[in-house]
Amino acid sequence: MVEVKVGLGTCGISAGGYTVFDELKIEKDKNNIDFELKETGCMGMCYREVLVEINDEKGKWLYAEVDKARVKKIVEDHLISGKPIEEWLVKTGKNENEDPFFEKQKRIVLRNCGEIDPNSIDEYLEKDGYSAIQKVINDDSPEDVIKVITDSGLRGRGGGGFPTGLKWKFTSEAQGDKKYVICNADEGDPGAFMDRSVLEGDPHSVIEGMMIAAFAIGAEYGYIYVRAEYPKAIERLRTALGQATEKGYIGEGIFGSKINFNIKIKEGAGAFVCGEETALIASIEGKRGIPRVRPPFPAVKGLWGKPTNINNVETFGNVPWIILNGAAAFASMGTEKSKGTKVFALAGKIKKSGLAEVPMGMTINEVVFEIGGGIKDGGKFKAVQMGGPSGGCIPASMGDIKIDYDEITKTGAIMGSGGMVVLDETTCMVDLAKFFLTFTQNESCGKCTFCRIGTKRMLEILEKITLGKGEEKDLDLLEELSYKIKDNSLCGLGQTAPNPVLTTLKYYREEYEAHIRDKQCPAHSCAALIEYKVIPDKCTGCTLCARNCPVDAIEGSVKEIHKIDPEKCIKCSLCFQACKFDAIEKI
Amino acid sequence: MGENLSKEINLNIKEFKIDLLKNGGDPGVLIPLLQSAQDSYGYVPEKVINYISEFAEIPAAEIYGVVTFYSQFRLKPLGKYIVKVCEGTACHVNGAKSIVNMLLNELGIGVGETSDDGMFSLLSVACLGCCSLAPVIMINEETFGSLTPDKVRKVLKKYRQK
Ligand SMILES: Cc1cc2nc3c(=O)[nH]c(=O)nc-3n(C[C@H](O)[C@H](O)[C@H](O)COP(=O)(O)O)c2cc1C
Ligand code: SF4
Ligand code: SF4
Ligand code: FES
Ligand code: FES
Repeated sequence: MVEVKVGLGTCGISAGGYTVFDELKIEKDKNNIDFELKETGCMGMCYREVLVEINDEKGKWLYAEVDKARVKKIVEDHLISGKPIEEWLVKTGKNENEDPFFEKQKRIVLRNCGEIDPNSIDEYLEKDGYSAIQKVINDDSPEDVIKVITDSGLRGRGGGGFPTGLKWKFTSEAQGDKKYVICNADEGDPGAFMDRSVLEGDPHSVIEGMMIAAFAIGAEYGYIYVRAEYPKAIERLRTALGQATEKGYIGEGIFGSKINFNIKIKEGAGAFVCGEETALIASIEGKRGIPRVRPPFPAVKGLWGKPTNINNVETFGNVPWIILNGAAAFASMGTEKSKGTKVFALAGKIKKSGLAEVPMGMTINEVVFEIGGGIKDGGKFKAVQMGGPSGGCIPASMGDIKIDYDEITKTGAIMGSGGMVVLDETTCMVDLAKFFLTFTQNESCGKCTFCRIGTKRMLEILEKITLGKGEEKDLDLLEELSYKIKDNSLCGLGQTAPNPVLTTLKYYREEYEAHIRDKQCPAHSCAALIEYKVIPDKCTGCTLCARNCPVDAIEGSVKEIHKIDPEKCIKCSLCFQACKFDAIEKI
Repeated sequence: MGENLSKEINLNIKEFKIDLLKNGGDPGVLIPLLQSAQDSYGYVPEKVINYISEFAEIPAAEIYGVVTFYSQFRLKPLGKYIVKVCEGTACHVNGAKSIVNMLLNELGIGVGETSDDGMFSLLSVACLGCCSLAPVIMINEETFGSLTPDKVRKVLKKYRQK
């Protein structure tokens, strides 16, 4: 039967996905047509939501930017009369990957995302779901499983890149009457949405990955620690867990074995530091999420003092595929030390903002230009920010760098969990560094002096610089503080907090210097260093700017050239945004 | 509050009591208890804290420590419409600042404040998870993306008329 799928990940829903879904249902009933209407997760092309895929005997047809009005026409033309509407199509039935956005991708973790209905365990089963766990229970010993994962070269996708097989080995060897497996779904890096999309699009694969880990290390209990800000992911996870329990896949004696495994969902409560393993454990235990000294590592002494293995959502998502396809197939992709694929959340000043999974070893330029379509609004590529508050900026001139843990670390940034925010010339690097420092300063748990007070001092200096009050010696001070904070902080939050400052200082020192010496912001972004001015030749006297100014700083009557009073102007940028004739400039 | 409150809390507590017993006094129930309280009242009332403290035998000071550590918990009620403006990285580079400026201007309140008429509260958040629609705001459960200051004004107008 013909299938009609609507992409209902968070971004699809935000773009009006349910309205489209409901409208399709109404049209279906009204016209009495026979097709199966289904929900699915993120298809990756978030920049063209709402996405609707029609799957018929001829192939797959993907419609982009669907709204209520388009539904009617799609139903009438395509579904009733059999005439696809070419100009709205991204996939035209013939070739699944004809859009360059998909062509270069390699989907392992995202294999079912945007394909299956995440609310249906049967659809997951049709895609070989839960056959990897059955295979290991029937054919393999825990040591076999650990060997396969080790041989595959899989490294943790949560940011650290620690070899997953080795981590499992540690926990499997640790002594304890109880052991735990935890899935880290805290995804706190602002601008990253990979894990959310996987949980929303294919929750069963993460559950299955956890089951395989549990088998390998001998754990009977699992927790999924998920951000409370992800209600849809939590809802679909609960549904998935309910279905798996009902089928007897989770619980006592799974798949006819003597193995028991249960999973609980824990909702986070909004603290970035809880993504750190020991803080996460403290949070599950009901305490404040404050990291503790390691060792002992969670593998030895974790949740409730028992051996605990923590992996990221994407890490678990890879596991069933590796079991079914073999370590060699996984290791055949990527570079010498970074195997498999990596999912990136492309965002910022990029044309095709969305979710892309690429083989390791692809260059940054390929991701930005060939998949991401380059910079939007005609801007110029300046840098990518990778790794969020723990990461850094890689300048466009280094765009040939490969996606590889070690290569990226060499630049001063980190692979991170997959947030890739693309920047153009309108982004001020000092301001961006300040932005991240504000974030980490806010999120520091306060335990370590350098992380708590050092980041505050750094932030103050950055604020001073963006206000045009910086001094030459500030840059050295920033560097000095950076290294002190890195060396004297207990957890990854503090240890990496200076990275955004260090990388921008390394590659964009002249931008800092322009703020300090010339009292200028080259990107025309720092409010204190710019002035808004009306360009007389372009002004039509439409009065829009004056009406938008919150402090009445703009004078002029209808059809007269307007003028901004710099004394009154608070630089809120509202006039600049409002003018439809580009008649206001920032200097 | 008063009677109604303790009745409702009783219900919640009962549910969690089962949980507690199963885990042999699992102190991990504190955060779910607080979350459930906030779900019911929109914030965590002082009374609830005392109640949990008494029942779960956790010192109130510790509960306050947890409540203030996590940004999700609020000790004061919020307005009818909760406006969350995203200041995450993707939104930041796509002009979130002017969206914030417009909100400040239109609502006449600062970030973290509630308007006197109890209609709007303005919160700043660090990523709503739909970065491809940046800049984004969320009002209660509804998301608005690809915003300009002008669009923000129109959205607010709609809510004022509701
Ligand atoms: C401050 C901080 C925040 C972190 N946030 C996350 C997160 O949101 N998700 C995640 O998977 N790992 C996060 N990590 C990394 C985890 O501590 C941990 O290394 C990871 O979950 C291990 O899983 P993996 O080996 O599969 O990557 C964070 C680390 C630090 C220091
Ligand atoms: S480094 Fe910062 S966040 Fe980490 S434990 Fe120390 S104070 Fe807390
Ligand atoms: S909005 Fe632009 S065109 Fe209109 S009066 Fe202001 S500067 Fe002139
Ligand atoms: S969430 Fe919609 S395509 Fe990504
Ligand atoms: S940064 Fe704003 S939605 Fe992600």
